[in-house]
Amino acid sequence: MSGNHDAAESGPAARVKALEQLLTKKGLVDSETIDKLADTYERKVGPRNGARIVARAWTDAAYKKRLLANATAAAAEMGFSGPEGGHLVAVENTDRVHNLIVCTLCSCYPWTVLGLPPVWYKSFAYRSRAVSDPRGVMRDFGLTLPDNVEVRVWDSSAEIRYIVLPKRPPQSEAMSESELADLVTRDAMVGVAEVAPPSKTVSRRARA
Amino acid sequence: MGGMDGFGRVIREENEPVFHADWERRLYPLAILALRKLGVVLDEFRHAIERIPPARYLDSPYYERWLAALETILLERGAVTREEFRATFGDEGAGAVAKPAEGPPPSPRARTKAPRARFKPGDRVRARNLNPPGHTRLPRYARGKAGLVVRDWGVFVFPDTNAHQAGKHPQHCYAVEFDARELWGKPARARERVRIDLWEDYLEAAPTSPLKKRGNR
Repeated sequence: MSGNHDAAESGPAARVKALEQLLTKKGLVDSETIDKLADTYERKVGPRNGARIVARAWTDAAYKKRLLANATAAAAEMGFSGPEGGHLVAVENTDRVHNLIVCTLCSCYPWTVLGLPPVWYKSFAYRSRAVSDPRGVMRDFGLTLPDNVEVRVWDSSAEIRYIVLPKRPPQSEAMSESELADLVTRDAMVGVAEVAPPSKTVSRRARA
Repeated sequence: MGGMDGFGRVIREENEPVFHADWERRLYPLAILALRKLGVVLDEFRHAIERIPPARYLDSPYYERWLAALETILLERGAVTREEFRATFGDEGAGAVAKPAEGPPPSPRARTKAPRARFKPGDRVRARNLNPPGHTRLPRYARGKAGLVVRDWGVFVFPDTNAHQAGKHPQHCYAVEFDARELWGKPARARERVRIDLWEDYLEAAPTSPLKKRGNR
């Protein structure tokens, strides 16, 4: 552990610290704004935003229609907007089509609704294989789709950002919008997972 | 990276934090603020990431690539000099070893502010086999492949010129659907399709249906 720590201190950690001091002296950045922005990424944006959109679409047919027609406006309606959400598109999973989102060129991600991307989304393994072996990638996440389901991969190569509208799980008919939002995971909104039925979620939580 | 082989399975981290170290937490906003102040657009920053020497690129975690690209931009834009880098780090920063920015591509088509769309949903197109020296958002695995326009997203700034401060050349950008067999040639890939967002300059008309040409479906 101390070895790791030392390496970090002498590597990028030390460089970033020195760079911040230098750029502050030059008036390019200030630590207060850095703190504020870092806090925004850590606390204000995250997959919880997307989960609320999904839950509302499951319970409000008119909202779902608006979401699929113009996700940028539908997200803004819920208070989620920003530069990376400028051209948001929601794609719907059905019994016949399963959508998967990737950025093979870098790591474009709909952060106004999902927050910053997880490490696996940015990994070379995901960026390389999601387009050439999407079913294999989904199996890495424990998801095996029936052969008759069409897999539709969206490579975010331009400025459009995608969010998957997952299928509403069985046994969730009696649940409220906010209970439903608790079921929706980031992975499901990227397309590497489905939303598990409530009983399964509870038992999974209990195990964790 | 699309279609590259050998990176293994995707590893998911349980309960992953937003940032894994304090320096990542500070670097991300630091870079965004500095780039904004210097008037550097995202396309130019992406190109700086792409110009990291390949061996180093593959050997660096995500935020170390950000750091390298930031150092490159700071040096190239004259915001931090080689001398200042040396005094601060004992080296000249990542910009000293980055591939120089070459580009933009020769003579992109002239555009007005509201260019007309050359293609529409339902059109058969082929991604041109372009290999520009500079920045591009045409994935390598799609070059030369035939597909179907499924959406016209409207008009967007052209990254291949914008990254090189060589004009915005606004043009239509389309979602183009490619059959997995067209991309990868494996017969077992029925019912898999990849949709890629491609600018008009990346595309040419492909009058023959790629599917019909292959016959007996």
